[in-house]
Amino acid sequence: MSGRAILRARDLVKEHGSGAAKVRALKGVSLDLMPGELTLLMGPSGSGKTTLLSILGCILTQTSGHLTVNGQSTDGMSPEQLAAIRRSNIGFVFQSYNLFPTLTAIENVRLALDVRGHSGKAGIAMATAALESVGLSHRLTAYPRTMSGGEQQRVAIARSLAGSPPLIFADEPTAALDAENGLAVMALIQKLARDKSRAVLVVTHDHRTLQFADRILTIEDGLIVDDRRQAAATVHPARRRGKAASGHVRRKA
Amino acid sequence: MILILAFRNLFHDRIRLVVTLIGILFSIVLVAVQLGLYLGARKMIVGMIDHANAELWITAYGTKSFEEAGTLSGRERHIALAVPGVASVAPLVASFASWLKPQGGTTLAVIVGTDPADGGLAPWNVVAGDVASIAEPDAVAVDRSYLDNLGLKGIGDIAQIETSRVRVAALTEGIRSFTTAPYVFMPISRARNILQLAQDQSTFLLVKLADGADVETVRRDLAKRLPVAEILTREEFRQRSLDHWLFGTGAGVALIGGALLGILVGTVIVAQTLYASTKDHLGEFATLRALGSSAGYIHSVILVQAALSAALGYGLGMSIALVIIQLSEKSPLPIVMTPMLAAGLLLLTIAMCAISAFAAIMKVTRIDPAMVFAK
Repeated sequence: MSGRAILRARDLVKEHGSGAAKVRALKGVSLDLMPGELTLLMGPSGSGKTTLLSILGCILTQTSGHLTVNGQSTDGMSPEQLAAIRRSNIGFVFQSYNLFPTLTAIENVRLALDVRGHSGKAGIAMATAALESVGLSHRLTAYPRTMSGGEQQRVAIARSLAGSPPLIFADEPTAALDAENGLAVMALIQKLARDKSRAVLVVTHDHRTLQFADRILTIEDGLIVDDRRQAAATVHPARRRGKAASGHVRRKA
Repeated sequence: MILILAFRNLFHDRIRLVVTLIGILFSIVLVAVQLGLYLGARKMIVGMIDHANAELWITAYGTKSFEEAGTLSGRERHIALAVPGVASVAPLVASFASWLKPQGGTTLAVIVGTDPADGGLAPWNVVAGDVASIAEPDAVAVDRSYLDNLGLKGIGDIAQIETSRVRVAALTEGIRSFTTAPYVFMPISRARNILQLAQDQSTFLLVKLADGADVETVRRDLAKRLPVAEILTREEFRQRSLDHWLFGTGAGVALIGGALLGILVGTVIVAQTLYASTKDHLGEFATLRALGSSAGYIHSVILVQAALSAALGYGLGMSIALVIIQLSEKSPLPIVMTPMLAAGLLLLTIAMCAISAFAAIMKVTRIDPAMVFAK
């Protein structure tokens, strides 16, 4: 862990519905995501993981509380302003890959780059490099339907890297993969977190992924009930040094 | 990448693409044919007026069109010739008459009695025979496209108009009549005899102005001196004829109505298919939104999809329309295609597709990027 927090959340509350049907999905979540750190967000179904990920990813807005991304407060931002924050700062990896089936691997990555303003030859070079970095230089022109689940998720990871955002959010990235591919994908995600200017948050149910984490957040019933750093991130022994808790932990009552 | 994504979205579902293209194609063909017929009708209605060498037309009050005019006594010509600025005044007779086919049966024709030597209305586009030969006894000129209608085979054939014998001495091409009654050109003296008009009588006086004369001034002078006649500029007479035949009879309204129907049907079909395509790709658009694309970026994808549909549909639609236009050339009501109409149709197609994209854009505007996390 190094430097200031790339993402800072304070007292995030999210309510859905109104009146008797009102549901409090988040009840006051505070956390910081630090550069160079791979954080796992774990918790049972319905605990608020996806809601929290959506708010941290500037896809949903909080009912109350404050969120700062890369030094910029997102409070009160319009959907277009939030899209601009995502464009400049956040890469996503989805459980179902969410690749465009009509585009090849390189075109999928180029599309994300195009959205971020990198088009033409520069875009092609950046997309090629991103796919090379996930070991898919031989599958540039393959369509998603011709690729294995692991390959598709690697394309999605390459896409999330497009434009080098400082934050990567992954939603159950291993859920649709077998054990071997799941571990390979997590190793790749861990590699992303080695970049000292980037923080990675992974929402997961998969306990096989624990070994890759620098930090594990546990959410239950809309509250973070546990926030611990572990010194055992398998392929990254350098990060065993100097682990100090930076999260704001609220124990369940 | 917008173009690539739009192209792939469009071609991804071939059946939907075909439905879209059929919708646009149907619309383009219908609009092209209807508007082409409208233009063709306009051209036929004003053909005589445009080819007459006259800046002003003197006619009886209440004249509705070239074919339906009252009678002038004849003294109007002498009065008009005395008006300053008038260079020549040529009488012209036009009236419906009964044509008896050589093999029996009758049809309606329009006698056009004129003396080109007087500066009157000479037949144009003469493709067989000689225009001067219609001065010979019984000689007339008719349009080749009406030979069947008149029961004729060609030059030299004999028929009867009202009670007079006529012989075809010249054939023209492209002088068609909106009323479907063929024009029969002959010298004015014979036309008067056939229509039982007095020697000086006519239905129109074609006024040619002297160099430098002001049309409006001459018209005012003529109107003052001929209070019982109407003095119309060429443009006014054109408009009056068009109003009568196209809107007075409802023919033009039907043609324009058909064109509007084509536009409506095309717009609905394209809108429906674009909306369905957008709905199919909603998950992808949500992903794009989650990746940080602006709403404008996504709208551009949909609009480019619409523009590609427009370009393809226009190309196919115009190809078919041009074949139909070619086939209609010899028909009684040929369809006219002008560069202006072709350009207008292209703009119309683009506008139609852009409007069609509206519903899809509305749908995608309300997209919730959080759906990317739906399991």
